[in-house]
Amino acid sequence: MTMSAFEIIGPSMVGPSSSHTAGACRIGWAARELLGGTPETVRIGLHGSFYATGQGHGTDEAIVAGLLGLRPDDERLKDSFTLARKEGLQFEIGEIDLGPEAHPNSTQIELKRGELALSVRAASIGGGSIQLQQIDPFPVDIRGSLETLVLWHLDTPGLLARITGVLACAEINVASIRTSRFERGERALTAVEIDGSFPADVLSVIARHRSVERLARLPVLPGF
Amino acid sequence: MDYQFRTAVELLALVERHGLSVSELTLLGEAELGNGTRDELLARMADYYSQMKASVAAGLEITGRSRSGLSGGDSRRLHAHSQGEKISALGPIFERSIAYGLAVLETNAAFGRIVATPTAGSAGIAPACLLTWQEARGASDEVVSRSLFAAAGVGKVIGYGACFSGAQGGCQAEVGSACAMAAAALCELDVGTPEQVVQAAAMALQNTLGLICDPIGGYVEAPCMMRNGLYTLHAFGASAMALSGIKSVVPFDEVVGALREIGQKMPRIYKETAEGGLAATPTGLRFRPRPRSESAPPT
Repeated sequence: MTMSAFEIIGPSMVGPSSSHTAGACRIGWAARELLGGTPETVRIGLHGSFYATGQGHGTDEAIVAGLLGLRPDDERLKDSFTLARKEGLQFEIGEIDLGPEAHPNSTQIELKRGELALSVRAASIGGGSIQLQQIDPFPVDIRGSLETLVLWHLDTPGLLARITGVLACAEINVASIRTSRFERGERALTAVEIDGSFPADVLSVIARHRSVERLARLPVLPGF
Repeated sequence: MDYQFRTAVELLALVERHGLSVSELTLLGEAELGNGTRDELLARMADYYSQMKASVAAGLEITGRSRSGLSGGDSRRLHAHSQGEKISALGPIFERSIAYGLAVLETNAAFGRIVATPTAGSAGIAPACLLTWQEARGASDEVVSRSLFAAAGVGKVIGYGACFSGAQGGCQAEVGSACAMAAAALCELDVGTPEQVVQAAAMALQNTLGLICDPIGGYVEAPCMMRNGLYTLHAFGASAMALSGIKSVVPFDEVVGALREIGQKMPRIYKETAEGGLAATPTGLRFRPRPRSESAPPT
C-alpha cells in the first residue's frame, strides 16, 4: 500500500483525540448517511473505553455532532447538544456491554426517523479510522475509505448479478461486495464498495428491483 | 512510478538521481499518486499550515482550564514571559517556540481545531517549530508550508518502517516522529542538503527512543502538552547539528527499525493505557476519569 503525504500531515480535526473524538464523529456521520437524514430520536450505547473515558474526550458530543452531519473538523462539534435541541434531535446516551470480543472503543446506535428505524454498531479503531461492524442484525465490515452502497433486500437469486451488471454497464469498478443473511429467502443486507461515486441513475435502477427494500449511499467518510 | 520511496536510502537515491530536494520529491510523489496537481497539493499544504498557525493563536488565547482540569493557560503564561524582562537564557525565540507547542495542545484539549502532525497528541511540534522559524527569518507562508512536504517525506519512511500510534508504539512513535519530521523541515528551510535533512531526522528520532505513552487520566494533556513544547527545542537542536555536518552513527532507516522494535517490546502499561508511568503515580491517579452520572441505558 502506498502512503500519502496527507496521511502524515492531517487530517484537520477538532481535538482532543483522533479515536475518541474524530472517529466517534465519523461513526455518527456514517449512521446519519445510512438513515438518509438527521434522525429524530437516537439511543447511543457506549461500550468499554468509549463509555469509561469518552466524556473527557467529548465522545458523546462527537457522535451527536456526526448524527447532525457535522464533520470531524467542524468547530461546532463541542456544542452539538445545543445544536441537536435546535434541530429536534432527541438523544439518550448510556453504557452498553457488547461482550468481551468487542473493540474497547465501540458503540451501538439506534436511530429513528419517521417510520424508518436503523441500528448501527461500529468501532473507532485508531487514528480516526472506523469500522462499521453491524447494520441492523447483519454483520458488515465497512471502513468508509471508499464510497459504499448498502442495500436492504430479500435474499433472491439473481439480485447480485443484476447489481454487478448495472455497475458494469456504467463502467463502475467494484472493490468489494458482501451479502449477509441468516436464512435463505429471508431479509438480507448487501454492501458494495466501489472506486469513484455512484451516479443517481444507477442507484434508481438498482432501487427498482423487486427484492430491494431500501438502499443508502454512504459517501467516502469526511477526512479521507 | 518514479518518485515513490519506502526507506531513507531509497529517498536519498531518488533525490540524487533527479536532483530534487526532499520536499520536492515528496510533492512529486504525491502528484504521481493522482492526489492532485502540483499546485493543488501545494495549496492544500498551505491551507494546513494556516490551520496550524490558527491552532497556535487559539491556544495562546486560552485562560481557563480544560474539562479535565489538567491543562490550560500555560502557553499564554510562557508567551507573556518571553516578552518580559525576566527572559531566560533561551531568549525570546525559543521561549516562544515552547509556548507555541504548548498552545496547540491546549487548543486540542479545548475541543479546538488542530492538524494531526502526525497525530493529535503530537500536533504541536511541527507547527511550533515552523512558526518560530518563520518569525525568526521573516519568510513567507509559501516557503514555510512547502517544507511540510519534507516533514511528510521523512514521516512516510517512519510510517512504512514503524507506526505513529501511542497505543502501538508508545510516545516515541508520536512525539518522536513529530520531532523527526520537524527537524527535517527546519533543516531543509535552513538550506541543508537532503543528506543533512535525513541526518536531522535521524538524530531527532533516536533521542526520543524509549519514550513511553503515559497520559494522566487517559487525557491527551499531561505529559503530552509539555512534550509538545519542550521537544520543539530538540528539533531545532537536531537540525543545527545536522547542518554543522554531524552525522548519526546509526542511519535513519535503522533508527526507525529500533523505534519499531522498542515499540513492539514495550509493556502494554506504557502504551496509552494510562496504567503506568506518570498516569499511575499517586497524583496521576487522582485524575482518573470520574464515573459518569448515570443516564438511562439504551434497551
